[in-house]
Amino acid sequence: MSAATGHKRDYSLTGPERLRAMEKGLASAQWYTSPIPRKRLKELMQRRNGPAIRDTLIWFALLIGTGVLAFYSWGTWWSIPAFFIYGILYASPGDSRWHECGHGTAFKTPWMNEVIYQIASFMVLRPATPWRWSHTRHHTDTFIVGLDPEIAQPRPPVWRIILMEFLHLYGGPKDIKRMILHCFGIVDKEQRTYLPESEFRKTFWESRVYVLIFLSVIGLCLYAGSILPAMFIVLPSFYGVSLMLTFGLVQHLGLHEDVLDHRLNTRTIYMNPVFRFLYWNMNYHIEHHMFPMVPYHALPKLHEELKPDFPKPNRSVWETVKEVMIALIRQGKDPSYTIQRVLPATAQPYKYRPTSEEREVTDTMGRAL
Amino acid sequence: MLLEGWIYVCEADAIDEEDVIRFDSGSRSFAIYRSEDNDYYATDGFCTHEKVHLAEGLVMGDIIECPKHNGRFNYKTGQAKKTPACEHLTTYPVQVTDDGKVYIQID
Ligand code: FES
Repeated sequence: MSAATGHKRDYSLTGPERLRAMEKGLASAQWYTSPIPRKRLKELMQRRNGPAIRDTLIWFALLIGTGVLAFYSWGTWWSIPAFFIYGILYASPGDSRWHECGHGTAFKTPWMNEVIYQIASFMVLRPATPWRWSHTRHHTDTFIVGLDPEIAQPRPPVWRIILMEFLHLYGGPKDIKRMILHCFGIVDKEQRTYLPESEFRKTFWESRVYVLIFLSVIGLCLYAGSILPAMFIVLPSFYGVSLMLTFGLVQHLGLHEDVLDHRLNTRTIYMNPVFRFLYWNMNYHIEHHMFPMVPYHALPKLHEELKPDFPKPNRSVWETVKEVMIALIRQGKDPSYTIQRVLPATAQPYKYRPTSEEREVTDTMGRAL
Repeated sequence: MLLEGWIYVCEADAIDEEDVIRFDSGSRSFAIYRSEDNDYYATDGFCTHEKVHLAEGLVMGDIIECPKHNGRFNYKTGQAKKTPACEHLTTYPVQVTDDGKVYIQID
């Protein structure tokens, strides 16, 4: 139940909240951006192939290395930690590579972004094209109820779904069902709110390729009389997602909904170098949302530039998990509960809503009238 | 010298090499580019995907990348090159006079 309305809010993309957000001028709105000299921003936006090629080679080498260990440990107790590490290395970088390559900022060369995007999309079981558009909408309407398809949890939270997601048992089957529908040329109602028709054909063919791979893996398992082949491909997208989910849950949960300032609805978290490698610096999440053209390797430098305008970052993943869990428990009783972030004295004030001027000059799609 | 039918934008060196600036005229907004070969180009100022000023984006060779969702256009032809930018941009003729002033023709 929301304190503001007295009703439980509808987080679907096809419900009444969508219209409400548009009427309030929250759709495709003008967001706050921190001041940064154009020259410096231009330097930080520069694309490079080197860091992403290096990181991709390390990632694949780690996957092959742990994969070999896992293969030889199969049938022993050692296979549990071996596959656990393999699964983490499969899904967590799968998610962050999907993300960065989807933005087209990881590599300088466009086809390299596209190749890794397609591979990583399969690894995290997301139909590549619809998810590209879903993420676009997430950036346009970050945490605006009724418009953002990527709000991780409603208020009050649904604990059953959070628990299921530690093995990807909620989102995974949902996306697989969508892939099967895509194979037959069907796009569901929710996806139609962000996926343009011009992208349908591509969506259908991508899903057909995914389903063909699933069938091949099932065939291989039947032939081998073992689930071992699936332990290396497809199943890690379920058993390996715990860290990826943790990273995902701490991005926005517990913070403000329906505001136009990423400092209010997004977290920047300091992480150790291993997590930063796996997550490709997406722990600098406010920075990324505010300036999505800055590649992952330049985000730490962007953070240094913007620090005086940002609330204090969380100091670790563990500290953030505790903060989010406490917030979710409190939202279970009081859905209006929101974590308040304090700005330093050097910062510009928060922007909560569109100014009357901004509301007047845009239509519901945010286009100038 | 004021060229007939052309609108003055800025001094030529007010735009950095391989960069873009925003130029507003009346209720309209344009993006004016200087390429790495020191040629000048003009397009609509707003991305065709959503209302965002392209002049806040990044010029890379012939490409302007939108600051909001990283959609890309060829600013010389206006062609959309990367989703979510799908519709092309309108381009406008640009002239640089001998005394180093940039003009565009918008109608
Ligand atoms: S607003 Fe330009 S790509 Fe979305």
